[in-house]
Amino acid sequence: MLFDLLKKNPTFRHGIHPPQFKEDTRDKPIRHFPFAPVMIIPLAQHIGKPSVPVVSEGQEVTRGQLLARADGFVSVPMHAPASGVIKKIGRVPSISGKMVPGIFLEPFPGSSQEVLEGKPVKVETSTPEEIINAIQNAGIVGLGGAAFPTHVKLKIPEGKHADTLIINGAECEPYLTTDHRVMLEQAPDIIQGVRYLLKATGATRAIIGIESNKPDAAVNLRNHLPPDLPLSVQVVEVKYPQGAEKMLITAILDREVPSGGLPIDVHTVVVNVATTAEIGRLLPHGRGIQERVITITGPGIKKKGNYWIPIGTPLRYILEQAGAEEDIDRVFMGGPMMGTAVSSLDIPITKGTSGIVAFREEEARKKDVKIYPCIHCGACVDACPLFLNPSKLGILAKFKDYHTMASDYNLMDCFECGSCTYVCPSHIPLVQYFRISKLVLRNEKAKAPHV
Amino acid sequence: MFKKTLHIGTSPHIIGGSSTDQIMRNVVFALLPVAAFAVYTFGLSALLLLITALASCLLTEYFLNRWIGKSSPLSDWSVTITGLLYGLTLPPHLPLWMVFVGGVIAVALGKFIFGGLGYNVFNPALVGRAFIQAAFPVAITTWMAPFLPDRFSHIPGSTLTLPFLKPVYDITSGATPLSLMKFEHHTTDTYNLLMGMTSGSTGETSALLILLGGLYLIARKMMNWRIPVALLGTVYLISTVLHWSNPDIYPGGLFMLFSGGLMLGAVFMATDMVASPITPLGATVYGIIIGIMIYVIRVWGGLPEGVMYAILFGNAVSPHIDNFIRPRVYGTGKQWSKS
Repeated sequence: MLFDLLKKNPTFRHGIHPPQFKEDTRDKPIRHFPFAPVMIIPLAQHIGKPSVPVVSEGQEVTRGQLLARADGFVSVPMHAPASGVIKKIGRVPSISGKMVPGIFLEPFPGSSQEVLEGKPVKVETSTPEEIINAIQNAGIVGLGGAAFPTHVKLKIPEGKHADTLIINGAECEPYLTTDHRVMLEQAPDIIQGVRYLLKATGATRAIIGIESNKPDAAVNLRNHLPPDLPLSVQVVEVKYPQGAEKMLITAILDREVPSGGLPIDVHTVVVNVATTAEIGRLLPHGRGIQERVITITGPGIKKKGNYWIPIGTPLRYILEQAGAEEDIDRVFMGGPMMGTAVSSLDIPITKGTSGIVAFREEEARKKDVKIYPCIHCGACVDACPLFLNPSKLGILAKFKDYHTMASDYNLMDCFECGSCTYVCPSHIPLVQYFRISKLVLRNEKAKAPHV
Repeated sequence: MFKKTLHIGTSPHIIGGSSTDQIMRNVVFALLPVAAFAVYTFGLSALLLLITALASCLLTEYFLNRWIGKSSPLSDWSVTITGLLYGLTLPPHLPLWMVFVGGVIAVALGKFIFGGLGYNVFNPALVGRAFIQAAFPVAITTWMAPFLPDRFSHIPGSTLTLPFLKPVYDITSGATPLSLMKFEHHTTDTYNLLMGMTSGSTGETSALLILLGGLYLIARKMMNWRIPVALLGTVYLISTVLHWSNPDIYPGGLFMLFSGGLMLGAVFMATDMVASPITPLGATVYGIIIGIMIYVIRVWGGLPEGVMYAILFGNAVSPHIDNFIRPRVYGTGKQWSKS
């Protein structure tokens, strides 16, 4: 017992410890959110091909009804987040600043907003293929922020096998508490989701990884563990980016995903815990995803909390409802480490939005931070979870030597966690350099004639 | 209702840790007790020397950077470290005009021509000292005795020597523990070395205060502890083993550790971030290389002291160490190759 207390929780090497800022919302139960007067539903809320509309302008739809079908395997369908009428199918504002194909939906005021039921998919009677199809049909993507279609990674490629399913409840981003609340309030859904996922992947065990700053979540899930399921809970060290797939696999299984490879190369599939809960909740009813849990927080928000927000709710409406300060200066979708700063409040939240964080001027990263030359202190080297040399990469980027960065210094392995930029005492925008470098190389590759 | 235009930027949107000017400022803080003790030991001459060293380095940095159009060139505090360190490595009663010339060289040739902060290959303070060593070999090996009774009332004649004139030494001279050892086979007591009761360069005499400064910086994570540990460990190990084999020829480990410029060099100069390797293993190897060089120069070389040349040598190989010693990247290597 004593040794258990002394034993440190497993983790990966390197990484950083940014302040958590989770106290404001971690004790706030998930609450429902009103429907906005107009919903904005982009057709591509996921990585892969955009969905194709199956409704027409002026058509009345029921909440949960299919709005757009998946276009191929790496694509997911869209469902109506509310009962209402299709106002327009055209271009909608998006987080990238571009106008993208999408649907405007006007919810019926005062409607009961019952969700349409579909054909239930039972774990016991379904084949892995049927479950994978059902997950695609439910429009499920990684709710942790990546928005990668979940069914794609459940489809184990020929010649490979999965032995372990990891449920990612690390939630290492500062401010965000959605996964935390989901683990506290939706344990039965998570367990049900794990049953589907185990069957779909053929993995023989499942492990839920939780950072040690959420002990109540770990206790709650352990209390719900059914005796018939090879499911366990593993508490891991609080460290950013513990929630990155590779880092969580290393922490829990002591395996390293090969450079350029995927978790399945080390016989592992990682699924976010909120995604798992969504699967466990939707599949038994044959429903599609119409809402998700989002943490609304930050110094610029008065009514901080965790909310069920219908997909497609405009940001401006959310901020008004949550009592945002009038002088908010920066709004992020996702956390402050890897989230995106939005340039307009007229964009909707999408399936991949895990949090909305609003800063006022004083909390925002000071614009006048002075950038010094690299002093070779090695802080970035000690922070990089992939053991890259960001200092050297930064110098090469400055000289636009992108090819050396990729060939000699493993640039393409960088998953842009931003730990290097966070620790750099000279405030060099390292990860920003690397994003540009990777983009240049990708564009070059795309342009090169195929041999 | 929302008044402002939103600011955007790419993630991460928060930053942490200390900034470069903070790190540099703290190195200066860590050096202050060493400088204060130097003034206490050697009196007015040390005070004037440190002021001159600082002034020459700061002025050179300021004017050269203004010349190329950089704003507030002194705000990063790095040149303050250079000035202080440079002064602390010189004999206390070195003629001030020499101090000034060396300071200009330190910043102009040691730092500025390489591109300023972050780009220098060598520790600028040591470049300045190496210049003095080459240009004024006698003056830089003439030492004054510590704790002279009139050190706060009398300025040594040599300090105020006019430029290009031969310095006149009118005070009690001293011999450093290392030259006593090398030329007279006399070993100084370790306690005296630790407490700074001996003759030597302005700031090298109190090993204790230097160590405390280093511990402060290590505690604040502003110094790579591996470098001094590897360096001092190497010197201690070699000297202990050789001393054990033949105590008549080879001085003991503790004497080697606490005498001469080793402490100051190991703690404050070899650790110059810009001129040392970036990886943990690289830093360790670098420390070991410098440690071996110091021992070789001190014991088998012609000079009693070898810290400066050893560190400059270490600086020169540092980029190569970084080239050869690279951490294994996550997911690479045989074990993890894609199957």
